[in-house]
Amino acid sequence: MAMDKKHLSEHISSQFNDEIESIRERVLAMGGLVEEQLANAVTALVDSKGELGQEVAKADYRVNAAEVSIDEECNLILARRQPAATDLRLIVAIIKTITDLERIGDEAKKIAKMAVKLSEQDRPATGYREVAHLGEAVSRSLNGALDAFARMDAKAAVEVVQRDMEIDREYEAVMRQCITFMMEDPRTIKRVMDLVWAVRSMERVGDHAANLAEYVIYLVEGKDVRHIKAEELSDKLFD
Amino acid sequence: MSEVDFDVLERNVQRNKISEEEIAMQVRDFRLFYGEKEALKGINLDIPKNKVTAFIGPSGCGKSTLLRCFNRMNDLVDSVSIKGEMTLYGEDIYRKGLDVVDLRRRVGMVFQKPNPFPKSIYENVAYGLRIQGMNNRRKLDEIVERSLKRAALWDEVKDRLDDNAFGLSGGQQQRLVIARAVAVEPEVLLLDEPCSALDPISTLKIEELIHELREDFTIVIVTHNMQQAARVSDYTAFMYLGDLIEFDDTDTLFTKPSNKQTEDYITGRFG
Repeated sequence: MAMDKKHLSEHISSQFNDEIESIRERVLAMGGLVEEQLANAVTALVDSKGELGQEVAKADYRVNAAEVSIDEECNLILARRQPAATDLRLIVAIIKTITDLERIGDEAKKIAKMAVKLSEQDRPATGYREVAHLGEAVSRSLNGALDAFARMDAKAAVEVVQRDMEIDREYEAVMRQCITFMMEDPRTIKRVMDLVWAVRSMERVGDHAANLAEYVIYLVEGKDVRHIKAEELSDKLFD
Repeated sequence: MSEVDFDVLERNVQRNKISEEEIAMQVRDFRLFYGEKEALKGINLDIPKNKVTAFIGPSGCGKSTLLRCFNRMNDLVDSVSIKGEMTLYGEDIYRKGLDVVDLRRRVGMVFQKPNPFPKSIYENVAYGLRIQGMNNRRKLDEIVERSLKRAALWDEVKDRLDDNAFGLSGGQQQRLVIARAVAVEPEVLLLDEPCSALDPISTLKIEELIHELREDFTIVIVTHNMQQAARVSDYTAFMYLGDLIEFDDTDTLFTKPSNKQTEDYITGRFG
């Protein structure tokens, strides 16, 4: 039995309804913060804004604090409410979701730090177009996953999982380009290697966003779709 | 991407802190004997005002005995003797000359099995008020309606207030008894396993009611059902063999109890 959002606020206990609403709200707020961190990190990298990169790195503690605090709230709900069925899946999904969100926060911080490092060096005026494109793609994925969570929309979540294959292809293209640069002009190796780290982080963000989407599918459909090929997802879920 | 709402993001869990509470009832080195047998072995406990305090523990641990001490129901048992102190807003409730009937108005009680009187729904709720000498019909109507609303029963019975209370279901009867208890505006409401005779949905309704009633009353509940204590209470006391083993805010007691016996009991390892 698939669940919709309304179902979550239909408990006899109004306090439980409030707790569930509150925790969903907080996960989304944390998601919003992580989105902002990622967007700023990518901008700092692409537009060579060292200061912005520093701000992102500094603000990462907020993401960490949110994870710890939401985690505590989940623990209390488990201990006090003994949630079952959808409620249980929601809490389990949230515990996993915030772990991945926190990791995305870490990746954003890494991107930001590389942005700071790169902003202090000479760099070619062009050549970041593909990186910017990859950054947009992973941001879209993250946004899509959070949106699917907010609306409890499994179909939208499947799309996010499937989109991750495209992100992987884009990532490989950027990597090939980086290798070409380094082979053509070995003096660029140090700089390009820094960029490679940042690009690698972006790809990881895409993976985490796909994880988030998988938790949404678990939450809504009650099916564990990890380790299933993305192409087969739709067939397995909505036969 | 929208603006990040930091108020929501940084809204941390607020745990109850007994040190910040106003205290309704205080128990100091309180002992109770059934003949020679010591059933309560020196209990020290503060019951915070406008909160729900739950007593849990295996059968025979003394939780119901302690609850009955709060409105001196144990006076009715011949062999009982007590030592120590128990106060309601600073007033010793065991002092000589205390009006026990008035104490029981201030500290109301609801039992395990619903015990409506063989009267109409209306008269059940009005009963305590009539005993106090209130006969003003309009006033009575008003209080009966308010009490039934407080007990979340009004909508179900408003069209049949003159029907016999025994015609109600078990869950409704228990809410009726709660309405009867709150009609006389007690300060403290004692609930002795109020849901153990009810089905799960009626139980949840009573629990929701308890949560709402704590706005107006201080509530002490004895329950065999640990999960119920976890769901409804702000503070939980774990008792064992007449001792108060652990008392803490419910969040802490059910996530990180400090006593091994508490841990074993709430995790189903003994008891």
